[in-house]
Formats: sequence, structure tokens, C-alpha cells
Amino acid sequence: MVPLSWYLIFAAALFSIGLFGVLSRRNAVAILLGIELMLNSVNINLAAFWRYGEDVTQMTGQVFAIIVFAVAAAEVAVGLALVISVYRRRNTVVADEINMMKW
Amino acid sequence: MSFWTDPLKVTSDWLLGIFTGWGMPEIVAQILIGFLGIFLLVALLMVLDIFLVWIERKVVARFQDRIGPNRLGPWGLIQPFADIIKLIIKEDTTPGGADRVVYNIAPMLSMMSVLILWAVIPLAPQIIGVEDLNIGALYIIAAGAIGTLSIIMAGWSSNNKFALIGAFRQVAVMVSFEIPMLTMLLIPTIFAGSMGFNAIIQAQYPLPFFLFAPLAAVIFLIAAIAELGRAPFDMAEGESELVAGFNTEYSGMKFGMFYAGELLHAFTFGGFMGILFFGGYGLFGLEKIPALAWLNSPFIHIFVLLAKAMFGYWIIMWIKYTLMRIRIDHMLAFNWKFLTPLSFVLLMVTALMNALLKGSALWVYTLGMFLSNVVLGWIALEVARVYSRRERAKVEGLKSVAEAAQH
Amino acid sequence: MTGEQIIFLLVALFTLGSGLMVVISRNLIHAALWLVSALFGVAVTYALLSAAFLAVVQVVVYIGAIAILFIFAVMLTRKDMRDQGPQMNANWWFGAILSVAVFAGLFFLLQGWSGLAGTASAIPAGFDAIGELGDALTSPNGYVLPFEVASVLLVAALVGAVYVSFNRK
Repeated sequence: MVPLSWYLIFAAALFSIGLFGVLSRRNAVAILLGIELMLNSVNINLAAFWRYGEDVTQMTGQVFAIIVFAVAAAEVAVGLALVISVYRRRNTVVADEINMMKW
Repeated sequence: MSFWTDPLKVTSDWLLGIFTGWGMPEIVAQILIGFLGIFLLVALLMVLDIFLVWIERKVVARFQDRIGPNRLGPWGLIQPFADIIKLIIKEDTTPGGADRVVYNIAPMLSMMSVLILWAVIPLAPQIIGVEDLNIGALYIIAAGAIGTLSIIMAGWSSNNKFALIGAFRQVAVMVSFEIPMLTMLLIPTIFAGSMGFNAIIQAQYPLPFFLFAPLAAVIFLIAAIAELGRAPFDMAEGESELVAGFNTEYSGMKFGMFYAGELLHAFTFGGFMGILFFGGYGLFGLEKIPALAWLNSPFIHIFVLLAKAMFGYWIIMWIKYTLMRIRIDHMLAFNWKFLTPLSFVLLMVTALMNALLKGSALWVYTLGMFLSNVVLGWIALEVARVYSRRERAKVEGLKSVAEAAQH
Repeated sequence: MTGEQIIFLLVALFTLGSGLMVVISRNLIHAALWLVSALFGVAVTYALLSAAFLAVVQVVVYIGAIAILFIFAVMLTRKDMRDQGPQMNANWWFGAILSVAVFAGLFFLLQGWSGLAGTASAIPAGFDAIGELGDALTSPNGYVLPFEVASVLLVAALVGAVYVSFNRK
């Protein structure tokens, strides 16, 4: 029997790795890769809480996870469309160099 | 429960007895038996694959009014073995500048995505890889996703512009045509009330589903042929346009894996056509007649399923060797502007008719469903006809202007 | 160490290793492919949690669509086939410290929760998870409103993505 704590710690570790990716990478697409890892860790949490809750017949956890799937797909689509559009204008996707609105 | 009624369980119990008799803990023995089962299935599939190569070459030859391989062995039966030997003894090259790991993994992933499909195909009610996975229909799409990934890996890692363009086109087609295919997979789900393949086959006992939803069968066939990357949708590997598409830099056994994987994939989708719309391993209800109860043997079921898969494969080959290749933008326009809206409307109409006619007699249900499909197909063809007439008038108009300008 | 625990540890190590390679990999295509293996590890985790539908949908949606979208985006946003310049920005050490701090914070937060060592209750026999999920997603007493809103969100994202990246010739 796998205790619940293992799943939660696994999800926390995956979240931190994704956070590291978001904070440290230069390329905008690589930042979005980190965001994907974070969303997946949240989904693992939701699925684990569904399974280890008092009432397994309550499908709330799985429903929430499916909505997160939909939101993640929508966010990736729009995010990558924006990145491609920025690349067409500025010819770069390095996050540091997209700084036209800085003072 | 003898060997002839339930071969898989009897064999696995016997092997379990032997292994635990040798002192193995039971869980290790069960894992080992699982691996042996997988190995047996994959070995049989690979042998079948070799004969699919022979069938493909003979059939294409007959369609093109020639004989095909007939030198090696009776009717050229040894020809595929010679081909395999040739591919194996070829030099295993990796193009310079190619991404080694990705380049070498891509054909393995491509073959893997086809083999894992056979885990959910019920060869008989008792012979199935994973015991009645209740999301079988969705599993097909998941395996297709891995195949899509392998193609883009192959195209990118070859460090070759033709391969990259071919891979882009093929992946665009595969991702686009997944939508009508997924929607058409929902229609047998509506009829059977479950996504598991065993349940879908059992629900086809009085009448197979192609009588309820012929249009769904046709759309599924079209989407499946596009997924497979076979003509008329084989823009990606159009030999006269793109060298060989994503296959360009592959030779030897790696190419053999792509090629054999494609043929096995086509055969597998013939099998899915059989399972979803033509009754699977059931012999159209004949085995429920008490007099013919001997037809209930799992070996007869396997034979029936493989025969239906072969029939589906023959239809796919027939379409391949008859129709011309479609241009990539026409392919995508066909999917997004015609096939996807049609499949969504068909799903809604089927669900509506199913809810309305659920309690009525069988012939009322069948007639209602069949007529709704026919009406919908006729409307779709009318819309397509009006659209194509308009397009043709536009092209004719341009052509006459060009001719007038020439004089 | 039961078999299930061993399998979970292997899958978790595989997923975390792939995740680490995603954020460290210099070659962006390799990073996207490591993301595919991380997503596959997460799908196996869902299967371990008996959420079979989530596992299959994870492969279909994430690996079959989102990962391929990432690979296309990486290929379309570069001047040539090679990656140029450093791939970590100047403050990557601070990002590392921060992510370790977040993990430590979450870990200690979880230790303070009483229900942490809970074990999974057995799933009742004949429990039709897919049927229950379908009921939950479409029944008015269930979650039909978030379901419909999610579909509107997807349409909005579809229209938005096409509009933003439309190439007016």
C-alpha cells in the first residue's frame, strides 16, 4: 500500500522542478515547458486526493483533473501562438530580449 | 474448462504450476507468464506481418495487371523472407549531423505504437491482452498519439529538409484526422453503452453496427486511412514529391520497421473496422444457434476476427491502389471543412435518435438509424456538390480569362 | 516493500529524472522529448491510482497534442537547427534556491497535516468509474456547469490562438 504522503511529496518535487524551469530558462518555449510540469504535478495531487479520500465514489477529484487538462491545453495553445507571433515580430524568443515595454 | 474452450487460462495455470513447482514465488511466476504471453503475441504478429508484405505485393500486382513476385518459392511466398534478410544485412548507418539517440529510437517507437494496439483487441471473448479494458476505444487514440510522436522524431532527427517537411505534413494530417476518428469511435460506444471492445462486440449480437451507422463506418475508414498515412493521403511519403518523406534517411532494418509497422498498422485498423462495425469475432449471430454451438470455440473466433481484419485490410489496399494522391492543403481542408463538422453532426443525430428510439422494436430502431445516416450522408454530399460546383466555376472563370488574355 | 511501492518508486524516479532533464537540457528538442517521457510517467502514476480514464486522456491530450505543439513551436521559433547562446538566464542560482525552498516549505506544510499517512480505501466491486465520471460531468447535480464553461474556454482559446498567429499575406 502506497501511503498518500508519497504521492504528495512526488507532486511537490515535480512542482519545484517545474518552478525551477520557469525561473531559470531564457527561452520562452522552455518556460512554458516548466509550466506544463507544474500543471501535471497539480493533477497528480488531485487524482491522489480522489483516490485516498473517504468516499471513492465521489468523482470530484477526477472531474477537477479533467478540467485542468482542458485549461492546460487551452493555455499551451494560446501561449505558443503568442510566442510564435512574438518571434515573427521581434525575431527572438529569448525572454530577456522581449523588453520593449521597459523603461 | 478444457484447452479447447479456454486455452489461455489453462496454459497459464499449467505454467504457474510448473514455475511454482520449481520454487519461484508466485508473483514472479505470474510476471514471467505475462511476459511469455506478450512474447508469443508479438512473435505471431511479426510472422503475420511478413505475410502481409507478401499479400501487399501480390495484391498491388494484380491491381496493376501483373503477377507480382513469383520466383522465390511457390507463388513467391519466400520473397518476404528474402527481403528481411536483405534489410538485416544492410549497413546500419546514421547520417552525419543527425541526432543519434532520437534517430534510432524513432523506428522503435513507431513499431511499438502498433504492437501495443493488440493489447486491447479481443481475439476471442476469453483471449484478450488486457482483461476487458473499459476504455479500449480511447486507448487506440492514445497509441496513435505515440505513433505521431515517432514520425516527428524521425523527421527532425534526420537533419534533412525533405524529411522534415514530410514529417510536418504527415503529423498535421494525423493530428487533424484524429478528430473525426475519435468522434466515430463514440458511435459504437453509444450503441453498446461502453467503450470496452468486448462489450461492443457482445452488443452487436443481433445486428452488426454498420447497419445502424453506415456513414460512421465510412467516415471511420477515411479517417483511419489518413491516420495510417496510406494513399490517397500519403502526401508525406509521396515518392515523386518528397523523396520518401520522413523515411528519407532511413535504410536497412530501421526502414523495415517503418514499412512493416505501416502494413501491420493497416491490418490492425482493418481489425478495428471489423470489431467496431462488423461484429468482431462473432459470426453474425450464427454461433448463438443451438445447433451450431460448436462455433463458440475460441479458435473459430480468432479465425473469424483475422478474416474480418484481412477483409478490412483488403478494402484499404483496394482504395490505396485505385485513387490518386490528394494535395496536402486539400487534405486538411477536406478534414476541417467537411469531415469534422459532418462527424459532429452525425454524433449528435445518432445520440438523438438513440435517445428517441431506445425502447422501440429492433426493426424500428434499425430503420430509424439507417435512414438518418443515409439522409445525413445525402445532405453532406449535396453540400459538397454545391461547393465543388462553385469552386469549379471559379477555376473555369479564371481559365477563360487567362485564355482570353493570351489571344 | 510491497510490489506496488517498488513500482511507484521506479515511476516517480523516472518522472522526476525526466522533469529534471526537461529544465536542464540545452537542446530544446531534447527538452520537449524529455517532457514527453515525464508526461508518460505521470500517465503511469494515474494508472497506479486506478484512474484509468485520466491515464489514457493524459496520453491523448498531453503527449498526442500538447507535446507535439511544443515540438512544432520549438522548430518554428529558431533561426537554424542549432540552439544558440546559454540556455539558463543570469539568475538561475536564485531560481534553484527558490525552488528548493518551495519544496522544503511544501514538505513541512504536509508534515503538519494529520491525514498524511492515509491508505487508500478499496474501490467497491463493480464500480463503474467511467459511468460515474460521465454522470458527474453531465448531470445538473454534478459538474455540468464547469464542463460547459471549459468547452467555451477551449473555443475561445482556439479562436484566439488562430487569430494571434494568423499570417496575413
